[in-house]
Amino acid sequence: MSSLTARFIGTFAAAAMGAALAFSPAVAADDTIKVGILHSLSGTMAISETTLKDTMLFLIDEQNKKGGVLGKKLEAVVVDPASDWPLFAEKARQLIEQDKVAAVFGCWTSSSRKSVLPVFEELNSMLFYPVQYEGEESSRNVFYTGAAPNQQAIPAVDYLAKEEGVERWVLAGTDYVYPQTTNKILKAYLNAKGVKDEDIMINYTPFGHSDWQTIVSDIKKFGSAGKKTAVVSTINGDANVPFYKELANQGIKAEDIPVVAFSVGEEELAGLDTKPLVGHLAAWNYFQSVDADANAEFIKEWHAYTKNDKRVTNDPMEATYIGFNMWVKAVEAAGTTDSNAVIDSIVGVSVPNLSGGSATMMPNHHITKPVLIGEVQDDGQFDIVYQTPGLVVGDEWSDYLPGSKDLISDWRKPMSCGNFNVVSGKCGGVTN
Amino acid sequence: MQLIRLLAVFLVLSGVFAPGMEAGAETVDDATLRPLIQALAAENFDETTKAVSGLAKTGDARVSAILNALTAGDLYIVKADKAVFIGKRDGSDYAATDPLTGAKLAPVPRNAAEKIKVNNRLRRDIAAAIGGLTLMSDNPAERRSAAETILKTRDPESIALLDQAIAAEKDSGIKAVMQQAKAAAVLNSTAPDDAKIAAIAEVTAGNSRDALGLLTPLQGSDGPVGDAAHSAIDSINGKLALWNGIQNIVYGLSLGSVLLLAAIGLAITFGVMGVINMAHGEMVMIGAYTTFVVQQIIRASAPGLFDYSLLIALPAAFIVSGAVGVVIERGIIRFLYGRPLETLLATWGISLVLQQAIRSWFGASNVQVGNPSWMAGSFDLGLLTLTWSRLWIIVFALSVFAVLQLVLKKTMLGLRMRAVTQNRRMASAMGIRTPWVDALTFGLGSGIAGIAGVALSQIDNVSPNLGQGYIIDSFVVVVFGGVGNLWGTLVGAMSLGIANKFLEPFAGAVLGKILVLVLIILFIQKRPRGLFALKGRAIEA
Repeated sequence: MSSLTARFIGTFAAAAMGAALAFSPAVAADDTIKVGILHSLSGTMAISETTLKDTMLFLIDEQNKKGGVLGKKLEAVVVDPASDWPLFAEKARQLIEQDKVAAVFGCWTSSSRKSVLPVFEELNSMLFYPVQYEGEESSRNVFYTGAAPNQQAIPAVDYLAKEEGVERWVLAGTDYVYPQTTNKILKAYLNAKGVKDEDIMINYTPFGHSDWQTIVSDIKKFGSAGKKTAVVSTINGDANVPFYKELANQGIKAEDIPVVAFSVGEEELAGLDTKPLVGHLAAWNYFQSVDADANAEFIKEWHAYTKNDKRVTNDPMEATYIGFNMWVKAVEAAGTTDSNAVIDSIVGVSVPNLSGGSATMMPNHHITKPVLIGEVQDDGQFDIVYQTPGLVVGDEWSDYLPGSKDLISDWRKPMSCGNFNVVSGKCGGVTN
Repeated sequence: MQLIRLLAVFLVLSGVFAPGMEAGAETVDDATLRPLIQALAAENFDETTKAVSGLAKTGDARVSAILNALTAGDLYIVKADKAVFIGKRDGSDYAATDPLTGAKLAPVPRNAAEKIKVNNRLRRDIAAAIGGLTLMSDNPAERRSAAETILKTRDPESIALLDQAIAAEKDSGIKAVMQQAKAAAVLNSTAPDDAKIAAIAEVTAGNSRDALGLLTPLQGSDGPVGDAAHSAIDSINGKLALWNGIQNIVYGLSLGSVLLLAAIGLAITFGVMGVINMAHGEMVMIGAYTTFVVQQIIRASAPGLFDYSLLIALPAAFIVSGAVGVVIERGIIRFLYGRPLETLLATWGISLVLQQAIRSWFGASNVQVGNPSWMAGSFDLGLLTLTWSRLWIIVFALSVFAVLQLVLKKTMLGLRMRAVTQNRRMASAMGIRTPWVDALTFGLGSGIAGIAGVALSQIDNVSPNLGQGYIIDSFVVVVFGGVGNLWGTLVGAMSLGIANKFLEPFAGAVLGKILVLVLIILFIQKRPRGLFALKGRAIEA
């Protein structure tokens, strides 16, 4: 008797038990709506993605307390793609075909997103992708709730040029698709603003690079040409800690050569002594230090849920929060979890963000965001030193790259096209 | 800004000349300063900047302390009445003091106070403002930092003040910085050509990298100044090219010693015992986590010992990793001797288990391992910047190597290890308990990996994946150096490090690494046993 009761409770208490239950064909398939969580819980990306899995479980838990969606409880199905890009596609297929989830929240690296994209298009499901990325993509089945380059990289460069008077730029990144595309866009943007090629230094390093001596001393050399220099860093993941340690040890202060990072948030700083890093910058759409009631509330509930008041919050968590609430709202508007109906109803949906404003899903499946620039403080948090006056709409096809500047995306009928060429007037990408 | 700085300079100067008055110590009454301090609590950075220069303009001796507090982020305002106070965190309150009088105020709850925000530009402006105030200070460190600030700002208005300071300065080191600063300011001014040419000679004699930054803008100008700058730049570039070579070697040795540390334990478990130990990296990781735990305990119970935390962590890491190694050997590997493929798979499995265990225990995020003060910072050797942490790691790697050699060559345990690995049956016949020697050897190799983890925790991030980054490199070093030979591991690690650093500037970090691997493949084709191949029959057994 007691074990039977336990099983029923388990079915309804969707959260942590979702993974285990995924294997038993759901007894209560009609009573719950299943939501897939596709984040690496092991391997190199576990450091960043585990938090997003926890965030999703937290959000689902909160939603169920409010009565679920369409009168049904939500049930999380957690899978572990183990930082292995092909495994992402396999796990995505398993979530959609076997577990019949209504939507999937997941992925971090662009490589994993590119790996699952064909699966979502083939099976016509929905993916909410919560991380800043390089743009140059728009899919009917993917909703990009992280920042596009114009919502992070370009405002950051503008801030440095205006506030700090930077004239010489080091674009340093990890060697993969996001930094390379972002740097390509930034270089085109800087060139358009009159920065000469000799004032731009581009440097790539492998994933997990740990010996930064030569590169940091090169940056120092590059910075001693009599012009104000800054580093724009798209260095990702584990490599950041040794990079900042080397910067601090070689005595490069933020007042001399500031570093603005697009992949370093509260979570990444947790492993660092930030005293020597005070003043280095990061550009995001959310910081834990945002002074807003919605944010204070969110942090309080997050600490209560994790039973740990040291757990930090970060930008991809906010993007997950926005994406989840948009999905809930769209499902309620459509009255069903059917993908086609939800995809049609989600465009134009507007939900509150955590910085006191609201985010709206645009026809290109990107959202509106404020852009914030923060300076690292000695307690591992960011002090917001700049905020865009209004909301910025995510621009999926960069205006600064020759191939993509003529393209737009609009998934509303009748256009329903992710790469409409405004010059040729046809859907289908670049014309040459 | 310029005008205000000029005013500050004059005020300070007048302080210098005023008879019977302490240098730079103008006093202004509190009623004048109070509203100026209040102005720091402005809504935006531009207004705060104005307030800073307003304060600096008074030349009051107390101003630099207030501005320093602002830079350090210790200046707060009470949300209710906008009163400015200096706050130090004390539980859920701020212990507040009055910025002007230093008198203790009632503690302010944290949510009732707001920090006065500072950005990089404001920090620079404050440094410049304080620089003008403290050039004649009694504290040598303050005078030096004031001179260094002017060296950066190159403000022509400070030339007169610098002349005064240089004349009064007794410390030759600070005097040199002041002269550099003056030369920099002259180059930035409208001084006549001969003064500028003298200044060019002055900066060229100093730190060449700073000089390059000063001279490059002048290069384009016509006439004798441009020519002098041009030839000075040429000579500096020549010097820099030489130092670049030296830098590559030193950085190469530093990278090499990191590789050596990571690989030396493997040189025992794989090189001497022949066990393909894929869990070697995790032993390094366990050593790093032991350092973290030791530091946590020290932070909690004896913060005064923090500078010794690494010395305490070394034996702890050796014991923890060594014990894990012995357990792995006794529990799994001893059943698999002579079956390399199974060993490989089993140890790879162990590495995954250990990673996930640490991840479940400590969380997936990085943990923070602090640098003791003697490991932080850097020093200049000629034109080379060497960080203390890297230097200590070179020293540490070489001493670990020396101690290991001693253990293997001079102790009974070492003798037995060598006997067992050379001829197991004969050693057994001589009464050596070979299974225990195996366990101890594996434990020694793992323990060494553990202390490597202590060192690597200082330069790399401590996460469950720490070991994965080093396992491939470790195998490469051991195979390249020659399996079974510790000297080979030393030479292998150092030459790979230096080769990497010479290739990096030309090929970039990514291509450089690929090139090194290609070179190693070619080398192994030619000499399959590595640099220092063991000769004789032992290797065949």
